[in-house]
This record gives sequence, C-alpha cells and structure tokens, in this order.
Amino acid sequence: MRPGPMGQKPARRESTGLRTGGPARAAQYLALLAYLVFLAFPFVWLISTAFKPARELGSLHPTWIPEQPTLDNFRQAFDEQPLLQAAANSLLAAVGAALIAVVIATPMAYVMARHRGRLATAATGWVVVSQAFPFVLVIIPLFLILKNLHLINTLWGLILVYVVWSLPFALWMLAGYVRAVPAELEEAAAVDGAGRVRTLVSVVAPLLAPGIVATALFAFITAWNEFFFALVLLKTPEKQTLPVVLTHFLGAEGVADLGPLAAAAFLATLPSLVLFAFIQRRITGGMTAGAVKN
Amino acid sequence: MTSVTATKRSGPDGPDGGRNERDGRGGQGGRPRSFWRPGRPGPPERKAFGDRAAWFLVLPALIPILVLSVGPLLYGIALAFTDAQSGRTRSTQWIGTLNFQDLLHDTLFWDSFRIGLLWAVGVTVPQFLLALGLALLLNQNLRMRWLARALAIIPWAMPEVVVGIMWRLVYNPDAGILNETIRDLGLGDGRDWLTGLATALPAVILVGIWAGMPQTTVALLAGLQNTPRELHEAAALDGAGAWRRFRTVTWPALKPIALAISALNLIWNFNSFALVYVLTSGGPGGRTRLPMLFAYEEAFRYGQFGYAAAMGCVMVAVISVLLALHLVGRLRGGEDR
Repeated sequence: MRPGPMGQKPARRESTGLRTGGPARAAQYLALLAYLVFLAFPFVWLISTAFKPARELGSLHPTWIPEQPTLDNFRQAFDEQPLLQAAANSLLAAVGAALIAVVIATPMAYVMARHRGRLATAATGWVVVSQAFPFVLVIIPLFLILKNLHLINTLWGLILVYVVWSLPFALWMLAGYVRAVPAELEEAAAVDGAGRVRTLVSVVAPLLAPGIVATALFAFITAWNEFFFALVLLKTPEKQTLPVVLTHFLGAEGVADLGPLAAAAFLATLPSLVLFAFIQRRITGGMTAGAVKN
Repeated sequence: MTSVTATKRSGPDGPDGGRNERDGRGGQGGRPRSFWRPGRPGPPERKAFGDRAAWFLVLPALIPILVLSVGPLLYGIALAFTDAQSGRTRSTQWIGTLNFQDLLHDTLFWDSFRIGLLWAVGVTVPQFLLALGLALLLNQNLRMRWLARALAIIPWAMPEVVVGIMWRLVYNPDAGILNETIRDLGLGDGRDWLTGLATALPAVILVGIWAGMPQTTVALLAGLQNTPRELHEAAALDGAGAWRRFRTVTWPALKPIALAISALNLIWNFNSFALVYVLTSGGPGGRTRLPMLFAYEEAFRYGQFGYAAAMGCVMVAVISVLLALHLVGRLRGGEDR
C-alpha cells in the first residue's frame, strides 16, 4: 500500500479510499470472480437444465452446455400444468395489488413525509414493526377473516392481502421520494392560491411520477414472487398463482421431472428479472435513502 | 432517538391546533430524527397541514392496514388462548394458557425451534460477512463491477420458489452440477445432499445465504458509500493500513446499517418458509423443519388453529427478546469503546 502523494489527492475523485498495489488488486479481482461464480452458477445451471433433452438429463455426467439444446421441456411443461392459467392469475394478482397499493400508499406516504404529528409517527412505527411481522401469527386470522368475507380461494382476497403486505415498503419508498420534492415548491403553489388538493395533483404528483412507477413495479414483483399466502389462501388449481403451480412439478414424493420443472421455473422468473433490471437503481436508492441520511 | 420538542411543535399551527394540544405533547413514541428532512437548517417548514387533512389522506391505506394487518395480529394473539380448530361445528372456547402449557412440553416444537434458530443464525452471520466482503469489493474501482452488481441482483428478483427449485437442480444427486463437479475433481461420488440427515440443514442454509445476499450487500454498499472519504484519505496519509482504516473509519460509519440489516435478516430468516418448503419440506426426519413449516402444518394440515397461533406467539416473543438483547449488547459495546 502506498499512500498517495499529497498533490494528487484532489484529482482522485473516483478513488474510494483503499489504494492497493498489484498483488492486492489481483487478489481483489480473484475474490470478485469467486463471488460472480457463486452468484451466477445456480442460475446458469437452471437455464442449462431447461434446454436439455431428456436423454442428457438422465446421463450420469451432466454438462454445463446442452449438447443438443431443445425446447421440448417448455412444451412439456405447458402440457403438464396449467401454466398459462397460473400466469394469468399471477398477473392479475400482481397488477391489482400494485395498482391499489400505489393509489392508497401515495397519500399516506405524503403525510408521513410532510406532516408532523402522532399520525405520521404511528405510520412510521407500523412500517418498521411490520417488517418483523410474524406471518404465522397473521396467516391464521387472515384465513378466517377472508373466509367470513367469502374471499377465500379468490384472487380478490389474495390481492387484498398483497396490498397490505406490500404497503410497508411502498410507504417507505414513496415517503423518501416525497421528501426529495422541495417543500418550497408546495409553499409557492399555496401562495399562488392553489388548494391542498390542487397542490398535490398538479405540483407534487408529476414530480413523484417516476417514484410511483418504481414503487408500483416493486409491488408487482413482490406479489408475482409471493408464495406463502397464495399457498394458504388458494385451494383449487385453476385459481392458483405461478409459484404455487410450480411446486406441483415437484410431485408428492419429491421426484421431479427435471426438464419441465426447470423450463417452467425459468419462465416464471423472467418477468421479475426484466422488471427488476429496470428499477434496480431506484429500489436500492429508495431502500437506503431513509436509513443512510441519518 | 426521541425528541420531545419537535413533537410538541406539531399541533398548534394546524387549523384545528387547539383541539390537538393534547396530542402534540406526547413524549412517548418519539420518532427517529431522520424522519423529517435530516440536517435541514433553521426552523423546519412550518406549513405542516392539519390533522384533519392528514387523516383524510391516510384513511385509504389505514383501513386495509387495520383490517388485514393490525387486526389479524391481535386476533392471532387472542386465538392462541382458544381451542380454535378448522372445520369444527362446536363453538370455540377460551382455554386460558392451556395451549402454552402443551407447547412447553412439545419436544417436537422445541426441536423445530432449535433448528429455526440454527438456520436463522447460520444464514445471517455468514451472509453478513460475505455481503460485507462483496460490498467492499464493489466499492472499489474494479473492472467488471457493473457485471457483479447486475449478477448480485439476480437472487433478489427471483421468486423464492424458483430459488428452491434451482438449488434442487444443483443438489440433485445424479443430474446435479454439484456432485458432477465433485466427481470431476476426484473427491468421491458426491451424495444426496438434501435427503442426508447430516447434510440437509447445511445444504439448506447455503441456499438461504445465497438468496439473501443482494439485500444485505446493497444495504452495506449504501452505507459504505456514505462513509466520509476525507477521513479515509487522512487515515491513509497517516499510514494506516487497510485493516486499521476499516476498523477505525469504515466500521464506525457502517455500524448502524450493519446492525439494522443483520437484525432484519435474522427476523426474516427466522420467519422464512418458501425456500425450505420447496427444498426439503422439512425433511429428512424433521431435520430442516423450521418453526414456520411446523406451524403451517399444525394449522393447515391438522387444523389446530389455536395451537398454531400459540406457536406463533412464542416465536415472536423469543425472537423479540433475543433481538433486544443483541441490539442492546451491540449498542452498549459501541459506547464502551
């Protein structure tokens, strides 16, 4: 390690502190490579399995790259389980949950960011505590409540649960975005005679739009991926969402038809991956904005 | 973290300030300082709006929260003191603490509880260390950093069920890549990882570590990027080595985030369900039966709602106590230094 000469210091903007020499740098690249392999290999293996013909899957010496890639597994997956129906259910549940969550969370997030009083405090408290919410304790009462409302085994019931379940993070993110909107803008609008609602709709909302979209997409992904509530609340196969239907491939005794299983799992992941790539930066920013700024 | 003065200021300047005097004074339940615009100089924006408007704006979210979140939580606690069962015609009765007394002697549950703790700690601690390493690397000026960042996100975006399925493919005794690699390296024939009594729990824990890497890494990375660079460079100029700089500059700045994320991870992991459900469904012989799986089976396979709710209560109570001890210990440790 050589300490940088004084004169160079201001110029080195992008340096992040640790100045390292050749061997240390090489070790860093090696470590990074190890991380890359660790993080990527299961996914690569999933894709590889999805495109392998049955013969190769049965072989005792599986290869990383399918020798004769095929789409048979995908065809078979659609034959074995009602994947399209499940995807449609997942889509409906996720879109419904995301839209409702954003619509009701935005005003509340606004209060959390701008209002000072018990209400905002309680809201923040709930957001934090709900992160630690024990699902076991909530799922049984939810099951009973939804049963009384005749919403068990319906996507509407599931959507309601997803809305509430995605609210904490949505509120957290949105409140961060609201805080980023300068309060002076609102004050200026108020001075110009705009009412509270006008201010919200025509001044704050447009500035919040990117944040709202990111939050909605995140809520979508959360709902699309969710398993536990869907498992408990949806009983008939034609109502079930994708993650629940995927587990049917595993069969009762755990002996799975690997090819179709991998193919279906791969397909089920694509929407989440694509959307996540899209909003990744915003999510990571939103998640940490509140925590870091302290 | 409480600040009584700030809370006090809220009431009076709203339109119905007088009525809210009482509310405004509340000292307990103060909120974190970071909550409203940290570091904003001078008097914070005075034009906060009235409580009535606030209620109006909060209501659409508040009702679902009360009905489907706070309500069920209280309902669940109440259920723990009843003999509620699924599909029974006789009405449910209060049975006091009978469920808890039964639970106390339920060795199967405590086995499961022990496994749950092993799993939660076994995932959280290595994951934290690995994520810290990755975050430190990503904070450097390395090439391929973008690739690592992109890849590091994959486990986060995936449905847990798919993560489970994916690792089942990896662990598969015949067609799995793990055993094939072991065979290629000449380390023997490999084994059936997920059904072996000794290997099932470690195998499952490894998946847990993998699956939670992104959140932890991202949180720590954000913390790192927030550490004062000037201090770092000053320390470097003073000749402090990498380890010393980490300990004296980076770690103190990172500590609040590190504490928060590891506490959250511990809770999340203890409450986790889908991963292990897909990987082993609790087998072999209950070796990976996490408390959530246990409670799920009790409630929805055997229909013992009251008993399962009692399990939930115990899980929450024990985890809260452990967490409180952990946090207090860590915070105190920080002050002593």
